[in-house]
Amino acid sequence: MVMISGARSPLYTKRRRRNVAMMGFSFGATAFGLSWLVLILGVLLWKGFSGLSIAVFTQMTPPPGSAGGLLNPIMGSLIMTGIAVAIGTPLGILAGTYMAEYGRYDKLSSVVRFINDILLSAPSIVVGLFIYEIMVATMGHFSGWAGAVALAVIVVPVVVRTTEDMLTLVPDTLREAAASIGLPRSLMIRRVAYRAARAGMITGVLLAVARISGETAPLLFTALNNQFWSLNLNAPVSSLPVVIFQFALSPYKDWQNLAWTGALIITLAVLTLSIAARFLGSQSKSS
Amino acid sequence: MSVASFTVPTVTHAQVSAEGLAEKITIENLDFFYGDHRALKDINVSLYLGKVTAFIGPSGCGKSTLLRVLNRMYDLYPHQRATGMVRLDNQNILEPGQDLNLLRAKVGMVFQKPTPFPMTIYENIAFGIRLYEKLPKSELDGRVQSALERAALWNEVKDKLGANGQSLSGGQQQRLCIARTVSVRPEVILFDEPCSALDPISTAKIEELIDELKDDYTIAIVTHNMQQAARVSDFTAFMYLGELVEYGETTRMFTTPNDRRTQDYITGRFG
Repeated sequence: MVMISGARSPLYTKRRRRNVAMMGFSFGATAFGLSWLVLILGVLLWKGFSGLSIAVFTQMTPPPGSAGGLLNPIMGSLIMTGIAVAIGTPLGILAGTYMAEYGRYDKLSSVVRFINDILLSAPSIVVGLFIYEIMVATMGHFSGWAGAVALAVIVVPVVVRTTEDMLTLVPDTLREAAASIGLPRSLMIRRVAYRAARAGMITGVLLAVARISGETAPLLFTALNNQFWSLNLNAPVSSLPVVIFQFALSPYKDWQNLAWTGALIITLAVLTLSIAARFLGSQSKSS
Repeated sequence: MSVASFTVPTVTHAQVSAEGLAEKITIENLDFFYGDHRALKDINVSLYLGKVTAFIGPSGCGKSTLLRVLNRMYDLYPHQRATGMVRLDNQNILEPGQDLNLLRAKVGMVFQKPTPFPMTIYENIAFGIRLYEKLPKSELDGRVQSALERAALWNEVKDKLGANGQSLSGGQQQRLCIARTVSVRPEVILFDEPCSALDPISTAKIEELIDELKDDYTIAIVTHNMQQAARVSDFTAFMYLGELVEYGETTRMFTTPNDRRTQDYITGRFG
């Protein structure tokens, strides 16, 4: 009886009412946020799906008014993303390993972490301009290499961050256990810590790929664009985001349609990567 | 200070019947610091070959700290240092220039929380062996099996050696860690509250194991459980506030302790 009379006290009723109101706000905010996502994905599917065909993956970007596909930008994006990951991942993992393992208690680590966080949130157009200055301007022409390097600059801080975070999550007891059987530190890191943090580190790389595959700004100043099939990385290289940018702004209907299709392809690719990253992340928790 | 002067130890070693006992580890005038905090104060004690020495005392008394000096585990962290002398077979392990990896291969450690590596049961054991020996597959298999047998785990895991070591139960994981420690053939094994995360049945198994292992190894165990100290150890050291209050044969320590504080702790009047 005491409980029930307590439950009916004005204080409790007031708290209860406030709880209901707050729950309502939270749901509202979530629904508002999600509805935009659904709208964007819906429009993208609606406009882009009709354009999906084999031709999109087998033909080059067309001149206005004729049929074509997105093969050269898709290839360009794949190649530059691949190179960027190949450059950025080892750098990022090594730096993250230094910060989490060797230099955990060093001042240098906090300095690097601070700078890395700045780099992590740096506007990508600034990265593009930077690479333009040091590569495009000095070489005298736009190039696929410059595009790949610009993307790599974006990959590095993401990988550094996730590597450090994931290694920091590896319990010290595991490091001590490794040390207790006479394992040198380098082996402990490679064979024990990396293995324990593997899923999280791979997730970090996948998220970095997802991040750069949609980047337009750093490529505008570096790889530029190429209307034709070209695997020459010393020349301008086409990429999906830049083609979408160019085609979407054009007055031609068929270019606009291709832009929608390209946007859908990128979105689906990024979505797949994110889901894969999620899956790996949940796997690491359960193991 | 003249050559003849020496500090009279606060601990009486008189009660230890030292006949036929070989000192494996001798600790002399050991002090330990976490930064400026002096966590161990002038510790003098010996661990005897083939005997189990238990370290008991209330939380924060320094018993785990002492254990972590013996394999220099503290070296992994900054601002921790030990002064004095810790002799393992007449070699001072606190001297600079020690090969810590070799030291730790000689002085193994089992932790409070089971710490299997994130790999298969087989790999958990084989990994340590491969560090120091290059063996053909068949011989390696044999070593893995004998280590697991030694830790009384073989029968439970022999059909799932490929399973992840972290999928075992807590008690099994702890025995896997003991097997891993044993597999690199150490001379000393340090147990840091090995049963505090385990149920009574697993605890009994581990205690049985310690009893079997002591024929071949010199063992030190830190425990909060006084019955456990009484059950498994030959010698007991009681520590309090960073000091070694009393040290002697377990049977005597638990029946006729010399120091008032030891008696109070053993009878549960504090701690």
